[in-house]
Amino acid sequence: MRFVDEFRDADKAHALAAKIAALCEPGRQYKLMEVCGGHTHTIYKHGLEDYLPESITLVHGPGCPVCVIPMGRVDDAIHLASRPDVIMTSFGDMMRVPGSNGSFFDAKANGTDIRMVYSPLDSLKIARQNPDRRVVFMAIGFETTAPSTAMTMLRAFAEGLTNFSVFCNHVTIIPAIKAILDSPDLRLDGFLGPGHVSTVIGCRPYEFIARDYHKPVVVAGFEPLDILQSIYMLMLQLSQGRSEVENQYSRVVPWDGNTVALAAIGKTMELRPYFEWRGLGFISHSALKVRSAYASMDAELLFSVPGVRVADPKACQCGEVLKGVLKPWECKVFGTACTPETPIGTCMVSPEGACAAYYNYGRMHRNRVPEAARLGAS
Amino acid sequence: MCLGIPGEVVELHAEQPDLAKVNVSGVRRLINIGLLADDPPKPGEWVLIHVGFALSKIDEAEAAAAMEFLEGIGQAYQDEIAALRDSLIE
Repeated sequence: MRFVDEFRDADKAHALAAKIAALCEPGRQYKLMEVCGGHTHTIYKHGLEDYLPESITLVHGPGCPVCVIPMGRVDDAIHLASRPDVIMTSFGDMMRVPGSNGSFFDAKANGTDIRMVYSPLDSLKIARQNPDRRVVFMAIGFETTAPSTAMTMLRAFAEGLTNFSVFCNHVTIIPAIKAILDSPDLRLDGFLGPGHVSTVIGCRPYEFIARDYHKPVVVAGFEPLDILQSIYMLMLQLSQGRSEVENQYSRVVPWDGNTVALAAIGKTMELRPYFEWRGLGFISHSALKVRSAYASMDAELLFSVPGVRVADPKACQCGEVLKGVLKPWECKVFGTACTPETPIGTCMVSPEGACAAYYNYGRMHRNRVPEAARLGAS
Repeated sequence: MCLGIPGEVVELHAEQPDLAKVNVSGVRRLINIGLLADDPPKPGEWVLIHVGFALSKIDEAEAAAAMEFLEGIGQAYQDEIAALRDSLIE
C-alpha cells in the first residue's frame, strides 16, 4: 500500500485543491471536460468535485465506447448473430446495451448464439473449434481497443483462418472532440485527455485543440491525485494564457504513442466517411472499417447487414449527457425508468458511463442539495 | 472491457514470441505482447493489459496504484478478472 499512498494522499489532495482555488480568477466560470469515462468514474468515486471551487465544473465527455454505439448497430449485430451459421463474440460490456428489440442478452436468451469473450483473440479459438460455423467478433472501442482487433485479424490472416470475421464498430476520439468543440451548445475551457487511448495515439493528435481552438489539454492518469494534478496543470495554463498539450500521465503514456499499435490499425482498417454516434449523430471520419485488403474478414461485406437507422428513445438524453450539456441527474429518466439494471440509455450501461458512475456513487447531491435548500426556503 | 489491468510477466512463451504468461491478482494466463514488439517485456516486468494485449510497460508503483483503483471499483473489475480467467488465448 505504500505505493498507492503516493497517489491517494489526502494532504496532497488538499494542497492541490488549494493551489487550484488560488488560480481561479474571481467571477470567472471554468468548464473542463474529462473526455474519458475512466476519469468520470474516478471523479465520482472519490467525490473530486467536492475538492474544487464552485467556479470549476467538470463536464463528462464522450469517451465511453459502449455509450456511443447507436441502437441501429446493436440491431444490425443481432440480425447478423441470428443467422444459424454464425457465432457472435462480444465483450461483456456490450451485452446489456439496448437495441430497438432488446440487447445481446435478450437475443441470447432467445437462442441466438452470442458468446462473451475477454479478448478478441478468444474468438480465434472458438473459430478453430467450430470450423463449420462462422465466428463474427463484435468489435467496439476507441483506439485503446482497435489495435487488439487489428492484431487478432493479422493473426487470423497469418493462420489462414477463414471462418473468422469482424463487425467493425471502432471509433476514433479526435473527431468526437472536434465535434464537441464545434458544437454551439457548449463552451469549454480545457480538456483532461484520455489516459489509455493516449498510450496508443500519443499526445500529438491533441495539438490542434491547443493550436486552433486555443484550449489547453492535459493527458491525465486515473488516480485521484492524477486528476487533481491535471486540473491544476490546466488551471495554471489558463491563468498564464497558455494553450498547450501536456502529459501528466507520462509514466504510462509515451508522447508518440505506440507505433506498433498504430501500424496494426493502419494495416487492417481505414476511416469510414462518416459514422453515427449515439446521441451525437453522424460525425465525419470518426470510425474505422475493415480495409479492403482484409475484405474476407469484413462481416459487413460477408453478410447482409440491414444498416437501419434507429432513433434513440425519446425519453433518453444520453446525447446531451455525452456532449456534457446535461448532467446525468438532469435527464428525465435518470434513476427512475433508467437504472443500471434496466438501462434505457447507454450511459447507464457501462461502468464508465457518466450516468452509471453518478448512480453508483450517489453523487447527485452537489447540485441537488442547494436546489432543495432553495425550494425549502421559498 | 475498457479497463487496463496490471499484470506481472511470469514467463515468455517458448514457441510463440508474441505471447507471455502473466500473473494478475493470482490469475495466470497467456496474453499477447505483440504491441510491445519494439521493447518486449521481460519476466518480472509489469505491463498494462487491455482485452488480452499488453498496451504498455509500467513500473511496480503504477501497477500497485492501478490495482488498488481497480479493486475499489468492485463488480466491473471482478467481471474483468472472471473474463480473464475464462480467456482462451493460445
